[in-house]
Amino acid sequence: MARVILSRSFADLYAKGQVEHEVPGLKVRHLVRTLDERFPGIAKHLENGVAVAIDGVLHQNAWLEEVGLDSEVCFMPAIEGG
Amino acid sequence: MSKTHVTTTINGEPVEFLCDTSQTVLDVLRDQLGLTGSKEGCGSGDCGACSIIVDGRLVCGCLMLGAEAEGCRIETIEGMAAGDHLHPLQKRFVEMAALQCGICTPGFLVASKALLDRNPNPTETEVRYWLAGNLCRCTGYDKIIRAVMDVAAELRETAR
Amino acid sequence: MSARTYKWIGTRPNRPDGADKVTGRARFGADFNMPGQLVGKVLRSPHAHALIKSIDTSAAEKLAGVKAVVTAKDFPEQENITVPAGEMQVNLRDVTRNIMAREKVLYDGHAVAAVAATTEAVAKEALALIKVEYEILPHVIDVEAAMKDGAPILHDHLRTEGVEPKPTKATNIAKRIDFAKGDVAAGFRKAEVVVERKFTTQPVHQGYIEPHAALASASEDGQVQVWSTTQGHFQVRGFCSRLLNIETSQIRVTPSEIGGGFGGKTVVYLEPVAIRLSQKSGKPVKMVMTREEVFRASGPTSAGVVEVKIGATRDGRIVAAECMVALQAGAFPGSPVGPACMCSFACYDIDDIKVVGYDVVSNRPKVAAYRAPGAPISCWGVESAIDELAIELGMDPIELRLKNAAKQGTKTHYGPTFNRIGFVETLEAAKSSPHYQTPVKRGFHRGVAAGFWFNVGADSSAAAHVGEDGTVTVISGNPDIGGSRASLAMMAAEELGVDYEKVRPVIADTSSIGFNFVTGGSRVTFATGLAVVNAVKEVVRELKIRAAKIWEVEPEAVVWENGMAKPASTNVGEFEPLSLSQLAAMAGKTGGPINGHAQLNAQGAGPGFGVHIVDLAVDHDTGIVTIDRYTAVQDVGTAIHPSYVEGQMQGGAVQGIGWALNEEYIYNAKGKLDNPGFLDYRIPVASDLPMIETVIVEVPNPSHPYGVRGVGEVPIVPPMAAVGNAIARATGIRFLDLPMSPPRVSAAIDAARPKMAAE
Repeated sequence: MARVILSRSFADLYAKGQVEHEVPGLKVRHLVRTLDERFPGIAKHLENGVAVAIDGVLHQNAWLEEVGLDSEVCFMPAIEGG
Repeated sequence: MSKTHVTTTINGEPVEFLCDTSQTVLDVLRDQLGLTGSKEGCGSGDCGACSIIVDGRLVCGCLMLGAEAEGCRIETIEGMAAGDHLHPLQKRFVEMAALQCGICTPGFLVASKALLDRNPNPTETEVRYWLAGNLCRCTGYDKIIRAVMDVAAELRETAR
Repeated sequence: MSARTYKWIGTRPNRPDGADKVTGRARFGADFNMPGQLVGKVLRSPHAHALIKSIDTSAAEKLAGVKAVVTAKDFPEQENITVPAGEMQVNLRDVTRNIMAREKVLYDGHAVAAVAATTEAVAKEALALIKVEYEILPHVIDVEAAMKDGAPILHDHLRTEGVEPKPTKATNIAKRIDFAKGDVAAGFRKAEVVVERKFTTQPVHQGYIEPHAALASASEDGQVQVWSTTQGHFQVRGFCSRLLNIETSQIRVTPSEIGGGFGGKTVVYLEPVAIRLSQKSGKPVKMVMTREEVFRASGPTSAGVVEVKIGATRDGRIVAAECMVALQAGAFPGSPVGPACMCSFACYDIDDIKVVGYDVVSNRPKVAAYRAPGAPISCWGVESAIDELAIELGMDPIELRLKNAAKQGTKTHYGPTFNRIGFVETLEAAKSSPHYQTPVKRGFHRGVAAGFWFNVGADSSAAAHVGEDGTVTVISGNPDIGGSRASLAMMAAEELGVDYEKVRPVIADTSSIGFNFVTGGSRVTFATGLAVVNAVKEVVRELKIRAAKIWEVEPEAVVWENGMAKPASTNVGEFEPLSLSQLAAMAGKTGGPINGHAQLNAQGAGPGFGVHIVDLAVDHDTGIVTIDRYTAVQDVGTAIHPSYVEGQMQGGAVQGIGWALNEEYIYNAKGKLDNPGFLDYRIPVASDLPMIETVIVEVPNPSHPYGVRGVGEVPIVPPMAAVGNAIARATGIRFLDLPMSPPRVSAAIDAARPKMAAE
């Protein structure tokens, strides 16, 4: 089970305020799919304009990226930069 | 609207052109003569990207009318290298990374040459004040000042 | 520090575009021309906020020499949805209104109409003939005023996102975001010292010396060519495709050399307008902004309000931190409030943190990215408060930061746990720097501040082509702002084991290489560098196959070393090594041209940290601040070309010094920008500054083959607080509002005098 962490705003808006989630899945897309089953509608907010940090390593536009069994997976606003 | 006929010398070559009375030397150089090395950053004499040398004086090309160039001797960035030999300032700017984006570089080079032509031994403060009319947003000026100081020393050495 | 030894990485060769740029030969945005081209000019709003009742272009259209006139009617309406336009998320309804006002003008300088004419004089005359009837509306510039109930509303449809239940009333607050870690109330109960302050910043402009410029040529068969100065020609293509309903394959965008961007050239202003004018007139159209237009209508960054509260125990352990950041987005939603919130406390390992951000629209140009977007604003507040805490605790400011520094394993308030980062190493390097080790000169005072930026990866494509003589062309698709061609060529040379001079990097147009995300976020040397390395690896794989064919052995039996194919062991056989040029000469006989391509979404950008030190003096009569010494220390992962790494650090620091001491947008009572020129918007000049010393720290990023993190963003984050902290120590006054310009500094000193005398 990966430990998914949503930013406070994401949690409040789309996940009934729950920041941390234990989610099964081998890839980011699986985590999103499972979360969407628990919180219908959350998927579209987690798939666009979002950066994903897997064990502290920052990913932009992550979908197929693999997730370890004990991974920490954080969803946060995407970063553009100047 | 009748145009003004102007006879001038640019980078050692005799040049004639016709210009509107409202056109600046910079407009003429860039739009009519194809000498786009001089850049327009502001059009108001604040940034120095259009620096040229007119009869030995450092001038902002955007602040001088084309018609005023009658009989003048103009030097631009395009005339700075001697054939395929870069001027020492050009060479050191590249070697010392004194440019990033490069838009201000022609202006800095022309202004620096004007400085070294009249003061071969400037202090850092003198270089900084002489170049205070040339804006650079990329480098923080550090490497530009170092390159100019370095070339000044090099030219003094060769002059001896 | 890096343990590997390299031939090219870490050296300082001449840049490939050097000769062109010192001779005036390099072509920038305004240097492109086509036969028969027209001049395009834009009519801009003189009002900060007004309804457009009508636009009459008939007189302008009749003027001899005018070939086309466009208004918003010439651009298709767009849905109020956020879509990707080349990898960026944009609201198309807003973008089309920003390039050409529709129902309303929303800021002084907002485009209202545009003309294409045979000469600039005719174009200007035509603009004067366009009659626009406005109904002037009340306006609001300041971020706090815009957030108040009863403020003039910019968009009737806007409701605050991120608030439940969703508000029903129109507002200027486009979005609220929250980040939290632990229990901040409980954290503050442990605090023995609390610093609580409210800071503000004014809008500042990226200040690139080259104004925006674009040349567009639309042909009768629907194809479009664009030459423009941009940080991302694929983004230009994406935006124009969406805004004008043209398929991406029909648009070919060639980037010019770019005369500075700093984030401001990641969006479009002129390109769609030039295309539309070209379509209507049937001629190429060239548009170049004046400096005044650049200031009035192109992206500055936000002004902001930052409320910071930090609590610590007496021994210097920070136990709780709270921050509210409200940022101006300009006329349309989309300020960098997200990164501002995330960067705020990213430098520190604190158990309990709460950060709230607001994205607020007001009657100013829509903000564009500016170097580490958002971070300098929140960190101006946070790093000033940390300094005040250091003074309260009687601690050295670097020691206080070391005691609380984020490190590998630190969980951030925005979610992720840091992997390998180099903040502690950066602080230690600052502490042991020649500058910090030297006592401050009499009459001067010292300030220190830190900064953080994520750095960015994302999409890149690259190709490497081996010529018939064995030299190599490296093709990428990111405009080179500050020497990236050099760093890409160096990585290619290192990977191939050949001389740097044998590798020629070029930047291809949108039709000649695969997609690339913008040059920005400090991503090119990292992400495009990775693509180049992978493309070269493919070349090497192919070279080994060719050598194997020549020797009639298996490819696995060949190794590539120092630019030569060699037998992997003596078992393979006795073969003379084959050089790249030998293999290139044989290419036709062994399978044809030797090329490599790579495309990727680069993941694992490595966070960067910086610490700046400044010594300055304050003239108590004039309020003028004189900087005597300045040092920028930064973990860059690996410095590929140290000169350009130093250049980024120096340039970013000086932009920050300008932000700290002088730069600001000044609006008059009518909401009109009063200082749209370099005379009154004063960026630092050479005589304002000392040399900017640099200390490069190298804690390699494990996600990059050479350890690159990225460098350009971080150095603009610390300067404002570093300068403010030094001024606080020089004057005993904590400045809360930027810029700390001479009139403000002298006024504050005057105001404090009776108080100080009384004490």
